[in-house]
Amino acid sequence: MADATQTGIGPRPVDWTSEEIGARVRRRKASEMRLKMVGLAAIGFAFLMLAILMVSLIATGWQAMTQTHVRIDVTYDPALINEANPARSNFRQMLQNSLVAQVPGATAEDGRALLGILSNAAQFTMRDRLLADPSLVGRTVTLNVPASDPYDLLNKGLIDHETPEELRRVKDNEIAFFGALAAQGRVTKPLNTTLLTSADSRFPELAGLRGALTGSFYALLTCFLLSFPIGIGAAIYLEEFAPKNKASDFIEVNINNLAAVPSVVFGLLGLAVFLNWLGLPRSAPFVGGMVLALMTLPTIIIATRAALKAVPASIREAALGVGASRQQVVFHHVVPLAMPGILTGTIIGLAQALGQTAPLLLIGMNAFVTAAPATPFDPATALPTQIFIWADSPERGFVSRTSAAILVLLGFLVLMNGLAIFLRNKFERKW
Amino acid sequence: MFPQAADWVRSMTTFAFALLFLASVAGYLLNLRAARQLQGSGARLHSLAGFHGGFSFLVVLVPGFIVLILWLLLQGAVINALVLRSLPPGTTDGLDPGAVQLIVAEIRQIAGGRIFGTPEQWKIDAAARLTALRDTSATLMVVVVGVMSAVLLILSRMRVSPDFRARQGTEAIVNGLMIFCSTVAIFTTIGIIASLVVETWRFFGMVPWYDFLFGLRWEPQMPIRADQIAAVGAFGWVPVFVGTLVITVVAMTVAVPVGLFSAIYLNEFASPRFRAVAKPLLEILAGVPTVVYGFFAVLVIAPALRDFGVWSGLPIASNTALAAGSVTGVMLIPFISSFADDTLSAVPRALRDGALALGATRGETVITVLFPAAIPGIVGGILLAVSRAIGETMIVVMAAGLIAKLTINPLDSVTTVTVQIVTLLIGDTAFDSPKTLAAFALGLMLFVVTLGINVLALRIVRKYREIYD
Amino acid sequence: MNDMRIAERTVGTNAAKISARGVQVYYGETHALKDVDVDILDRTVTAFIGPSGCGKSTFLRCLNRMNDTVAIARVEGTILLDGQDIYDKRIDPVQLRAKVGMVFQKPNPFPKSIYDNVAYGPKIHGLTRNKGELDEIVESSLRKAALWNEVKGRLNDPGTGLSGGQQQRLCIARAVATSPEVLLMDEPCSALDPIATAQVEELIDELRENYAVVIVTHSMQQAARVSQRTAFFHLGNLVEYGETGQIFTNPKDTRTESYITGRIG
Ligand SMILES: Nc1ncnc2c1ncn2[C@@H]1O[C@H](COP(=O)(O)OP(=O)(O)O)[C@@H](O)[C@H]1O
Ligand SMILES: [Mg+2]
Repeated sequence: MADATQTGIGPRPVDWTSEEIGARVRRRKASEMRLKMVGLAAIGFAFLMLAILMVSLIATGWQAMTQTHVRIDVTYDPALINEANPARSNFRQMLQNSLVAQVPGATAEDGRALLGILSNAAQFTMRDRLLADPSLVGRTVTLNVPASDPYDLLNKGLIDHETPEELRRVKDNEIAFFGALAAQGRVTKPLNTTLLTSADSRFPELAGLRGALTGSFYALLTCFLLSFPIGIGAAIYLEEFAPKNKASDFIEVNINNLAAVPSVVFGLLGLAVFLNWLGLPRSAPFVGGMVLALMTLPTIIIATRAALKAVPASIREAALGVGASRQQVVFHHVVPLAMPGILTGTIIGLAQALGQTAPLLLIGMNAFVTAAPATPFDPATALPTQIFIWADSPERGFVSRTSAAILVLLGFLVLMNGLAIFLRNKFERKW
Repeated sequence: MFPQAADWVRSMTTFAFALLFLASVAGYLLNLRAARQLQGSGARLHSLAGFHGGFSFLVVLVPGFIVLILWLLLQGAVINALVLRSLPPGTTDGLDPGAVQLIVAEIRQIAGGRIFGTPEQWKIDAAARLTALRDTSATLMVVVVGVMSAVLLILSRMRVSPDFRARQGTEAIVNGLMIFCSTVAIFTTIGIIASLVVETWRFFGMVPWYDFLFGLRWEPQMPIRADQIAAVGAFGWVPVFVGTLVITVVAMTVAVPVGLFSAIYLNEFASPRFRAVAKPLLEILAGVPTVVYGFFAVLVIAPALRDFGVWSGLPIASNTALAAGSVTGVMLIPFISSFADDTLSAVPRALRDGALALGATRGETVITVLFPAAIPGIVGGILLAVSRAIGETMIVVMAAGLIAKLTINPLDSVTTVTVQIVTLLIGDTAFDSPKTLAAFALGLMLFVVTLGINVLALRIVRKYREIYD
Repeated sequence: MNDMRIAERTVGTNAAKISARGVQVYYGETHALKDVDVDILDRTVTAFIGPSGCGKSTFLRCLNRMNDTVAIARVEGTILLDGQDIYDKRIDPVQLRAKVGMVFQKPNPFPKSIYDNVAYGPKIHGLTRNKGELDEIVESSLRKAALWNEVKGRLNDPGTGLSGGQQQRLCIARAVATSPEVLLMDEPCSALDPIATAQVEELIDELRENYAVVIVTHSMQQAARVSQRTAFFHLGNLVEYGETGQIFTNPKDTRTESYITGRIG
């Protein structure tokens, strides 16, 4: 009996040193290797996407770091000044005349084409200078004004000269004019400060993020002021005081499900309840902040509860032992110890809120506003909705500006998450 | 004259909040001092003096704050109603609610100082009345808050006595506040359901529900003039829903294999060093806002797919579902991989050891033992990802189509529920056109579908956790 | 100690199946096993005893290189199986583990059917040509593990649905199914009730006919009942190794004696 089963329990004796088994093991190892490679390829794919995303953003976005400017000498021609209302003088004509005079080989017919080199802002710059100093009439001043979008692209080498002329935004003769200006040293490419100091505009060369940044700031501030106290209050109650019964279970399930409700649904809530039923102002960062607060609440509650849970029972018992009331125990001992965790969760929640777009679109925070909002109740955009608006704009100059705006947004997200990680590492405690 | 009035309202509102806060602080100080004096005169207080102060602070602050918020939230509706009632008799007779709303909006514009053209005199009068009412309301609000604070201040001051249980009182108020905070989540859910259901109900008053649920055509463009051809919009959500499914399927085709294989690699083969680098990098992918992914789809993926279509001769539409779907998939990779990673790690070590001890390779262990054991949890995670894909908005708004086409061809252009919601609601939102209300009907469907999937997924995940706890 | 009956001795005739020389194991900084020399005989039940944390499991896991799966573990010294160094580079742990089966402290059936649990090893190693042969292996393994009669009617039920004792015997059947030459058991009865324990002990005695069995146990009665040779570990050292009868009746080392008589442990 012993001999029959010595080499194997099955019908066939097993020889672990046989070639057959050896080959099989090699095959198995090879298929394990394949699995490993597929896994690595999968991670590689994800990283590749991340890399392409970042590279394409930076490659297009850095173009928006600078803005082509053209320096021209313009004469406040008394013939074109409106005496009664200087603000309504014909500045366009003055600009045209000056340009024709300064570009070699240009004739009066080319006036309109030449004017197209300058941003639309040029005439307003002229007007503002005149209003500030009426003695300019008849004198010649030097203006340094942004070039319009097509010429900005041209100057950055983003216009393909191989494209047939009729398909090109700038024609051959226009390229020549611009070249002539450049040859005179009148074309410069300084840092594009407009991008951060101005609000939105229809003209890419004048558009900036100031309105969006202010709007996002007000919205996040509102979001924080609402969701932080409410979230902590709810979490403390649920974690420390709530009796474990159907009601608290229900709230818990509710919070978990709320965390998974699509963001656009919160936008519908804001639109119907805040705007339509309560008549709050449309496009206001304050309302946006209220919607974001509702969305951030579950994140904060869940993070706070986790932080409270991590505080060991011994601390509660010690405090109760010296005769503190349960609220005193919680507010004097448990919450301060849990604060780093709570703050970390809150910052992460706010970072998520900062990137939210759809709910803000629905309450109208895609308004076209050319000034930064003065209060949280004025119409405004937010950073992500501004990105959406720019991404949707046909002017080519907005492509690089969209990328730049995204880089700004990502920069804020990196800062916030970095702060959260710093807090967690600095104050993390091993109980 | 009008803008100054707005200033008045603003400063009165600020004043009301400041007044309330000052009154609360005053209450705190008064009661604190009173309690200290009692102590000083030798009485043994039941509660610490600080609690007497805190009690007064809360007693003044909380009711005043509630009144202020309610006032601010509700005054708009009340004032509108009053203005409407004061219009010359007959002005609004026979007008539908939408037209009435337009009139109110115009009056508000005039009151805000934005006058376009030459409005009728009665509108200007109404605007003046509106402004006056707002001023009155603001003044009244300050008066009410002031009186209330004073009364509560006195009442709470009178309660200071050696055996007043100020600590219990304070703690009861704090407890009440915390309970209120906990219920905000419930109110949010109620708000969501109520707004969706109410508006959908109104929508079904204009478009029969069976047309919506079973209709195969979705053409919400309403005629601008009554005599236009195609005068009836069609509101059948089936093609929109099918489009959503197409994009979801594309997204999951990218996210599930990539996510799962990444998780397997990270869990089983990666060195700790590699893991320490790879996991945060994947998390970055999860932290990128969806509007960024949308731009990425438009800027990089869609042109690449278009070029590929030209090169290969495949009929790839310019708004192909592949673009939006695959980018949504990329967005979901970290979600699925971290979920699967956690789930695989939760499989007890004993099972892994059991397989290894039988001579299984690591690969065989993962595929034949750990993975099957983790399947319930992973399925739950995938369902959560599906629900996210269905609810994903910005990527599809930017990269998917607008026209609802009943097709399951991912090369084609499709539209989704979320795209339609956003496009229907961006810009004008008159709450009386079926176009606007249709968005809420779609929203309700979206809510119901994703909620159903989430509940199912969370249940599966919880069951799974119970097995291995 | 009264019920300690010592198993019949049939020791001395068998050759060494495994010989370990100078085995050291480190877990990071901890020196868990110090210079262990041991010869494990074929067709013999060898028991490892000793207070918990003394390195019994660690040594057991060296014998089928399960310590390879612990990132921080480092093994030094030589372990020969049939004269071949199992830590040799040319030795594949996958193949080694098929030859050196292992049963764990806590029954760990896969969440699969009873049949698939037993068939798992033969399947991955390709030990059968057809379903009939596989069926045969499953049946004989289950018989060997004295489980066949209890489960033959429900081979497709999940293995996790069995009772604790049945699960452990299923795990033994699973290990036996790959036709190992050595069977390692790490406290196989510690999670079982006395009746199941008795069944498994009986089984171990039967397995001795074909295998070298190494069993880690906490219970000295169990060591005395089932083993022919016993090794006593203490603080990472192999203190004493010899015939079970001798270890239990006439220990040479005072530490062994203290342990046996219950003074350390
Ligand atoms: N995976 C591991 N990592 C670190 N230390 C371990 C590990 N496994 C065991 N040890 C340590 O090695 C020593 C021996 O453990 P073990 O062999 O499990 O003891 P026994 O099985 O005799 O109770 C113990 O001190 C234990 O803490
Ligand atoms: Mg052990």
